[in-house]
Amino acid sequence: MLDAGIFTQSFMIHAWIGGTIVAILSAFIGFFVVIRGSSFAAHALPQAGFAGGAGAVLLNINPLCGLAAFAVGGALLIGYLGDKERNDVITALTLVATLGAGALFLGLTNKYATGAYALLFGQIVGVSSDQVVATAFIGIVCLLCLAFLYRPLLLASVSREIAEARGVPVRLLEICFLVVVGLATAIIVPVVGALLCFSLLIGPNATSVYLTSSPGKAMALSLLISLVTVWISIVLAYISGWPIGFFVSMTGALLYACARAVHYFRVKNIRLKAGIIQC
Amino acid sequence: MIRFLNLLFAPGFFQNTQVMNALLLGGVVAAISGVVGVFVVIRGQSFVGHAIADFGGAGAAIAVLMGINTLWGFLGFGVLSAAVVELMGDRAREHDLATGIVLSVALGVESLFLYLDTHFTGQAGAPMMILFGSIFLIKPSTVSIVVALTAATTVIIITIYRPLLLCSIDPDLARTRGVPVRIVSLLFIVLLSFVVAEGSFIIGALLSTALLIGPAAAAIRITHKLGLAMLYSAVLGTLAVWIGIVLAYDSFLWPPVRRGWPVSFFVCALILLFYLLTRLREKLPGSGIMMVRRVT
Amino acid sequence: MISPVKVKKGDAILSIENIRVQFNQRCVLNDVNVQVFPGEFIGLIGPNGAGKSTLFKVILGLLSPIQGSVRVLGRAAKSGDRLIGYVPQKLFLDPNIPLRARDLVALGLDGHRWGIPLPSKVRKKRVDEMLKAVDAYRFADSPVGQLSGGEQQRLLIAQALLTDPQLLLLDEPLSNLDIKSAYEVVNLVSRIGREKGIAVILVAHDMNPLLSVMDRVLYLAEGKAVMGRVEDVFRNDVLSGLYGYPVEVLHVNGRIMVVGGNNSGINGYPLECNCCKSEAAT
Ligand SMILES: Nc1ncnc2c1ncn2[C@@H]1O[C@H](COP(=O)(O)OP(=O)(O)O)[C@@H](O)[C@H]1O
Ligand SMILES: [Mg+2]
Repeated sequence: MLDAGIFTQSFMIHAWIGGTIVAILSAFIGFFVVIRGSSFAAHALPQAGFAGGAGAVLLNINPLCGLAAFAVGGALLIGYLGDKERNDVITALTLVATLGAGALFLGLTNKYATGAYALLFGQIVGVSSDQVVATAFIGIVCLLCLAFLYRPLLLASVSREIAEARGVPVRLLEICFLVVVGLATAIIVPVVGALLCFSLLIGPNATSVYLTSSPGKAMALSLLISLVTVWISIVLAYISGWPIGFFVSMTGALLYACARAVHYFRVKNIRLKAGIIQC
Repeated sequence: MIRFLNLLFAPGFFQNTQVMNALLLGGVVAAISGVVGVFVVIRGQSFVGHAIADFGGAGAAIAVLMGINTLWGFLGFGVLSAAVVELMGDRAREHDLATGIVLSVALGVESLFLYLDTHFTGQAGAPMMILFGSIFLIKPSTVSIVVALTAATTVIIITIYRPLLLCSIDPDLARTRGVPVRIVSLLFIVLLSFVVAEGSFIIGALLSTALLIGPAAAAIRITHKLGLAMLYSAVLGTLAVWIGIVLAYDSFLWPPVRRGWPVSFFVCALILLFYLLTRLREKLPGSGIMMVRRVT
Repeated sequence: MISPVKVKKGDAILSIENIRVQFNQRCVLNDVNVQVFPGEFIGLIGPNGAGKSTLFKVILGLLSPIQGSVRVLGRAAKSGDRLIGYVPQKLFLDPNIPLRARDLVALGLDGHRWGIPLPSKVRKKRVDEMLKAVDAYRFADSPVGQLSGGEQQRLLIAQALLTDPQLLLLDEPLSNLDIKSAYEVVNLVSRIGREKGIAVILVAHDMNPLLSVMDRVLYLAEGKAVMGRVEDVFRNDVLSGLYGYPVEVLHVNGRIMVVGGNNSGINGYPLECNCCKSEAAT
C-alpha cells in the first residue's frame, strides 16, 4: 500500500522538508504557548493568517504574504489593545476583526476559492520549492528570536512581577513573543492548515508537561512528539487523501490521552506508597 | 424622504420573507448573545465561548453529510463538548489547555467532515456556509425552533440570575453562601452552548464570537452596572445585526461582483466599530470611567 | 559573579525623602520619609490599599514619584537594580508547569539576561548553595507547581538572593501561609539578613510574627508613614495621628492589635485585618 512515491515524488519531498521544519518550530513555540496559557492566541493567529491568505487570493498575490501580514498584524493588535483589557476578550475581538475581513475577501472572490480552502485545511501537495526555502528561512528566524527571548520570557511567564522588578520590558517582550507566534503561523498554516495549526502548537507540549517536569526535557520530548505527529500525519494523509490537519489533531489527542493516563497512574502510585509509609 | 428611504433600503427589502426572517432571527439571537456575553466576559470565558462554536462546527459538518439541519449539529456537538471541557479542568490554566485539546479534536473532526461534505454531497459551499453563516438561507421552519430555544434560555437565565452573578464575581463567597458553584457553572455553559449554536447558525462558526464578545466588551466599557451593561450589550448586538442585514441587502448592487457582500462582514465591522468607539470615549478627558486594572 | 558593594557603617542603604505618589489625581503616598540601614529588618505594616506595594514599586524604580527623591546606596532608584532583591506575594502556576525548583531559582541568577542559558558548573554550584541556604535542597528537583505555599516562598526568596542584593523587599510573603510556615519564613529571612548584612523590608498585615525579629517598623496608613521602634510606633497617640481619627493599640498576651473606633475595644475594627479594611477606612 505504501508506494515509493511517498519519498521520491518531488512534492512529497517538499512536504517532508516543510513538515519537519514546521514540527520543530511548533514544538519550541508551543512550549511557551502552553506555560503562558496563551492557547487562545495560538488559535486566533492562524485563523487571522487564513483571512490574510484569502485576501491574497482575492488580490492574486502570494498567499504567504497575506498570511504573514495578517498573522503578525493580529499579534500586534492583541499586544497593542491588550494593555487595558482582559487578554481573552482582546484575542476574541482580534479574531473577529480579521475573520470579518476574511469573510469579505472570500465573499468577493469570484472563482471558487480553492487556494483559500487549502489554507484552511492544509495541503501537503501544495508546498512548492520556493515555499520550502521561505519556510526554512522564516523557521530559522523564529527559532533565533525565541532563543534570544528565552530566559526573560520564562521569567515573565513564571512571575510578571519579578521580571518587571528585574528591569525586563515585560510588555514589549510579550508583544515580541506574539509576533514570533504570528510569523511561525505563516509557515505552519500552509502545511497543516489554519484550523489545525493550533493542534500542532499546543498538542505536543500539553502532552509532555504530564510526563516530565524539567523545561529542557519537556522541550526535547515535545520535539519528538511533534515530529512523530507530523510524519505520521503526512503518511496517512498521502494514503487516504484526507486533510492532513485531521490526522495531526487525532494523533495529538491520542498521545495526550496516553500521557494523562500515565500521569494518573503515576500519581495514584505515589499516593499509594505515601499511604503505606504513613500507616 | 421616500427617495432617501429607497436609498437606504433597496427595493423589495420589506417584501422579502427571507429578509424578514433574517431580521427577526438576527435580532433575537443578537439580543440573547449580548446578555449572555456579559457573563462570558466577566467570567473570563471568551475562549470557551469561541471554542464552542468550533465544536458545533464539527457537528454541523456531520449534519450536512447526513442531510439534516445544521442547527442540530451545532447544538448537539456544542453542548456535548462544552460539558466535557467544563468537567475536565478546574483551574484557570488547566481549563485553557483542556479547552485547547478538545478544540483541537473538534477542529480535526470538522475539517475531515467538511472535506467529505465537499467530496460526497457535492455541496461545495458547505464549508463557507458553516464557517461564515447563511442568514438569508434560513428555512422558515427553523425560525420557530430558534425563537423557542431563545425563550427557554432567557427563562433559565432569569431564574438563576443571582446565583450566577455571585458565582461569576466571587466563587468562594458563593460557595460559602451555599450556592452549588459547579452545577451553576455547568448550567451556564450549557446555556452558552445554546446561544453560541444559534449565533453560529446565523453568522457562522468562525464569527459567532463577534455577537457574543463584541457587544458585551463594549457595553462593559460604557457602564459599570451589570444589568444596564446587559441591556446595552443586547441593543448594540441587535443594532449591528440589523444594520448589517440592511447593508448586505443593499450590497447586491455594489461592486465588484454584484452578488452581495457577506452579512458576517458587516456585522463584525459594526461590532468592532462600536467597541473602538467606547475605547475612544475613554480617552476623552472627564469621561469619568476608571481605568480597568489589568488582570494578570 | 557580582561583587558585593561595600557599604560604610552608618550610610543608609535606602533613603526616601518627601515622596509623593499619585494615581489619577488620587494621592496614594504623601510626604513619606524612610531611611533604612544595612542589616536592618523592617516590618512594613498597614491596611490594604495603604500603598505598601506602591512604595515597593517606587523603590524598584518602576514608578516615579511626582515629588521627592529615592536613593538606593546613594544612587537614584532605577529599574533592574541588582542591589535590590524582590519577592512577590505568590506564584500563580499550573501544577504541571515543566519547571523544577532549581530552574526557578536559577532564573533569579540570570532570568533577566537575553539568550538561552549555557550549562555551567559555577551556575549550578551557586544555585545549589542558595537552595541549601533557604533549606530547599530537599525538593530541588520537584516540580514547582506542586510545592506548598511555604516551599514556593523559600524558592522565591532564594531567587531574590542570587544577585547578592543589599536590600531585600518581600511583599506580603506570609499572607498565604499557615502560622507555622509564616514563622519559619520570617526566621529564615531574618537569619539570612543578619548573616549577610542585608537590609530587609517585609510587608505584612499582621505584625505579630515579626515582633521578635524586627528592628523597626514602618507603618503606612492614609498615605502617610511613621517609622520607629515597635514601642514608639504602636502607641495610641502616634497611630491616631496617622489615621486622623482615634485608634487604639491593644496588647493581648504579648500580641499587638490595632483597632479603630474609640475607647471601647469591643466595637473596634482590627485595622490591619484583611477582611474589614473598607469599614475601618470609613
Ligand atoms: N496602577 C494603578 N492605577 C491606579 N491606582 C492604583 C494603581 N496601583 C495601585 N493603585 C491604588 O493605590 C492604592 C495603594 O495600592 P497598593 O500599594 O497596592 O496597596 P497595598 O498597601 O495593599 O499594597 C490602592 O488604593 C490602589 O487602588
Ligand atoms: Mg499590596
